[in-house]
Amino acid sequence: MLEQQLINGLTLGVIYALIAVGYSMVYGVIELINFAHGEIYMFGAFFCATFITAFGLPFFPAMALAMICCACLGVLLDIFAYRPLRRAPRLAPLITAIGMSIFLQNLAMIVWGSRPKPFPQEALPAFFHETALTFSGVQLSWLQLFIFSLTIVLMIGLNLVITRTKTGTAMRALAQNQRAAALMGINVNRIISFTFMIGSSLGAVAGILVSVFYNTMYPTMGYNAGVKAFAAAVLGGIGSVPGAMLGGIVLGVAEALGAGYVSSLYRDGVAYAVLIAVILFRPTGLFGKAVRQKA
Amino acid sequence: MLKVENIRTFYGNIEALKGVSLEVNRGEIVTLIGANGAGKSTTLMSISGVTPPRTGSVVFEGRDITRMPTDRIVATGITQVPEGRLIFPGLTVRENLMMGAYLRNDKAGIAQDLEHIYGLFPILKERRAQHGGTLSGGEQQMLAIGRALMSRPKLLLLDEPSLGLAPIVVENIFGVITKINAEGVTVMLVEQNAQMALSIAHRAYVLETGHVTLSGDARELMNDPKVQSAYLGLD
Repeated sequence: MLEQQLINGLTLGVIYALIAVGYSMVYGVIELINFAHGEIYMFGAFFCATFITAFGLPFFPAMALAMICCACLGVLLDIFAYRPLRRAPRLAPLITAIGMSIFLQNLAMIVWGSRPKPFPQEALPAFFHETALTFSGVQLSWLQLFIFSLTIVLMIGLNLVITRTKTGTAMRALAQNQRAAALMGINVNRIISFTFMIGSSLGAVAGILVSVFYNTMYPTMGYNAGVKAFAAAVLGGIGSVPGAMLGGIVLGVAEALGAGYVSSLYRDGVAYAVLIAVILFRPTGLFGKAVRQKA
Repeated sequence: MLKVENIRTFYGNIEALKGVSLEVNRGEIVTLIGANGAGKSTTLMSISGVTPPRTGSVVFEGRDITRMPTDRIVATGITQVPEGRLIFPGLTVRENLMMGAYLRNDKAGIAQDLEHIYGLFPILKERRAQHGGTLSGGEQQMLAIGRALMSRPKLLLLDEPSLGLAPIVVENIFGVITKINAEGVTVMLVEQNAQMALSIAHRAYVLETGHVTLSGDARELMNDPKVQSAYLGLD
C-alpha cells in the first residue's frame, strides 16, 4: 500500500517537476511568475491529441510536434504580452500573465470545446497499460515506466544544456545580472525567448503525459497543475532548476501520501499547505538563495 | 576612432548629460575625470547603448552606433567594464571569462586569450573553478577586466576600476591597464582618482554636471591650477 502510493506519487511528482522548471527558469531570467504556463501545458495535451485525431500522426511524432508548437506559443506569449512591459513596474506583467492565462483558457474552449475529452488511446502503444514490473505487490505499468524514463532523460538533458552549453551559461549569466550580460554582447531578448522555448516544450510534455495517464483533458486543466507546479517551484526555491525538480517530486509524493493516509479529499490541499509552510518557514525554498538588496 | 558629439542623455526628466562631446583616437588612453554625479558613468553607458542619448551622435570607426542595442555595440568592438564590476557571482571564474567571449567562435583564439588573461592576472587562474562571488574586491575587478578583454575589444571602457580597492591593488590594476594599452587596445578610463588616471592617460576630459569643462593633454591638465585644486587636492 505504502509502496504503491509512493510510486503513484513519484509519477505525478516528476510531471510536476517538468512544469515547475518552466516557472523557475522564466522567473530566473525575468523575475516573472508566468501564470499562463499552466495553459501552455494544457495546449500541449490538446495539440498532441489534435495531431493524432485530425492528421492521423502516430503518438511520438504528434508529441514532438506539440512540443514545438508550445515552444512557439511560449515565445509568442513573451514577445507580445511580456516584452512590451519589460521596463514597467513588476505588477503590470504579473497581471498580464493572469490575463494571458484566462485568454488562452478561453481560446482553448472556443477551439476544442469546454467539456473534458478522452485522450485518443488508439494512438498509444498497446502495452502502455500493461504491467511492466511487479515487486512485493507493487505494480508499475509501462506507461509509468515511460513517464519516469522520459522525464529523467529530459531533466538530465536540461541540466546539460544549462551547465555545459554557451547558451545555457548565458541564461545563468542573464539571471544573475541582466545589464552585465548585455554588456558582454549577449542578446538578452534572444536568451529570454530561448528560456520560454525550453520551459514551454517541457510543459507540453507534462500536459501530454498527464492527459495520457488520466485519459482526460480539458481547457481548465492547466489551473490546478499550474498551482501545484508553482508550489513545487517555490518549495525548491524559485529560480533554481534543480530545486524545481526536487520540489516537484517531494510535492507529488506528499500529495499521494496525504491522499492515501489522510483523505483523498485533501489531495489538492497538500499543495497549498506546502506553499504556505514554505512561505512561513523557509521563504527561499530548499535551493533558493536570499536576494541581497543592492545599496 | 570614437567620436561622441553633443550627446544629451536623460533619466526620466533629469538631464544627466547636457551635450557632451569627446573624441578617442586609436591607441590612446583617454580619461574622463570629474566629481560624483558629473555624468562620467552616464557617458560610458550612453556609448554602450545602455542609456541611449536622446540627441547627439556616437560614431565608432565611421559607423553611427547611437541607436544600436548594447549587444550589437559590443559586436562592433566596444566593451565596457562597468562600475561595481558586475561580475556573475554564481558562475565560476572561468565561466565568467568565457561569457566575455560570448560573441566569438574561434576556439583556438579564445583558448589563447584565456591563457593570456591568466598571465595578466595569475590569481584568476588559481581561482578559475571558484564562483565569482567568492572573490575579493580586487580579484573581482581583475575578473571584470579579464572578462571584457575576452571579447578582444578595440576600445575598452573602464568605469572606476580603482573604486574601493587597496592602493597596492590599484597600482597593480593600473599597471595592467598600461600593459593592455601597449598591446594595442585603446582605453577610455573613467576615474574619481584623478591623480592615478592622469598619470597613465594621454589625454583627459573634465566633466562637470553634464558638461565637458576642460580637455587636453593629461600632463598639462595635471599642472592646471583649476584641476589641481578641484581634483588633485592641491592648493
